[in-house]
Amino acid sequence: MFDRDIFKALIGEIADTREVEIGCDECFEQLDRFVEMKLSGLNAAQAMPLVQEHVEICGECREEFEALLAALRSTGER
Amino acid sequence: MEPSNDQWLVALRGPTRDEALAELRVVLMRGLRIALGGQANRVESSVEDFVQEALIKILDNLDSFRGECRFTTWAQKICVRTAFAEMRRSRWRDVSLDEVISQPEASTAADPQLDPERAATQTMIMEKFRRFIDEELTDKQRTALLAALGGMPLEAVADRMNTNRNALYKLLHDARKRLKRRMSAEMLSPQDVLGAFGEG
Repeated sequence: MFDRDIFKALIGEIADTREVEIGCDECFEQLDRFVEMKLSGLNAAQAMPLVQEHVEICGECREEFEALLAALRSTGER
Repeated sequence: MEPSNDQWLVALRGPTRDEALAELRVVLMRGLRIALGGQANRVESSVEDFVQEALIKILDNLDSFRGECRFTTWAQKICVRTAFAEMRRSRWRDVSLDEVISQPEASTAADPQLDPERAATQTMIMEKFRRFIDEELTDKQRTALLAALGGMPLEAVADRMNTNRNALYKLLHDARKRLKRRMSAEMLSPQDVLGAFGEG
């Protein structure tokens, strides 16, 4: 009926669903600071929990977050 | 030594703009190739286009840079999103929404590796969940969710529904809330479902 892996991912997202969540635009707005906190070894998830929750649920924003983190970590351009 | 945020802004707004742009282009190209990881070779011919498109967005949005992070972090963020969004669109360019939405119904075959009892339980859960989708969601929510279940990325779904990624995420957030409430009312916890699928 559904692709099992995608179905499981959706059920996981439903389990993590909160009444209030930020959207992709708000996440994008704050993503640069979030990534810099991560790179500095600070607890970004605690400081910016709504961004953390969003990247856990939104596959697209998570993919971009991980890519940005990898780019900045590797180039040292921060 | 990397220029300060103010130096970047002054350079990009002043008579040395072309040199600053050339320098920024190098930074973004280097970062984007790493950001793309294993996909970099496959889309190498597009990397320059992605960076060029990102540079235009960066120049158009210089006033929105608030200086809360390094300028290059902000610029790379725009470049990464531009490239990934474009790649997702391109990958799904020839696939219609109808195709994706009708696909789940077409493939009802169970995993042959699975023991029959477990497969039957999984099918029963998915059928129940499909009923929740039909009964709880609006037409738009149902379309968006089924497209997501078909693996279509947000940008591609949004383009086809004449909306944008942010609005679509919010639509799906409302859909998830409705489904979560219905699952709770039916005593079907996400943990139980994941357990039946061999997770958690």
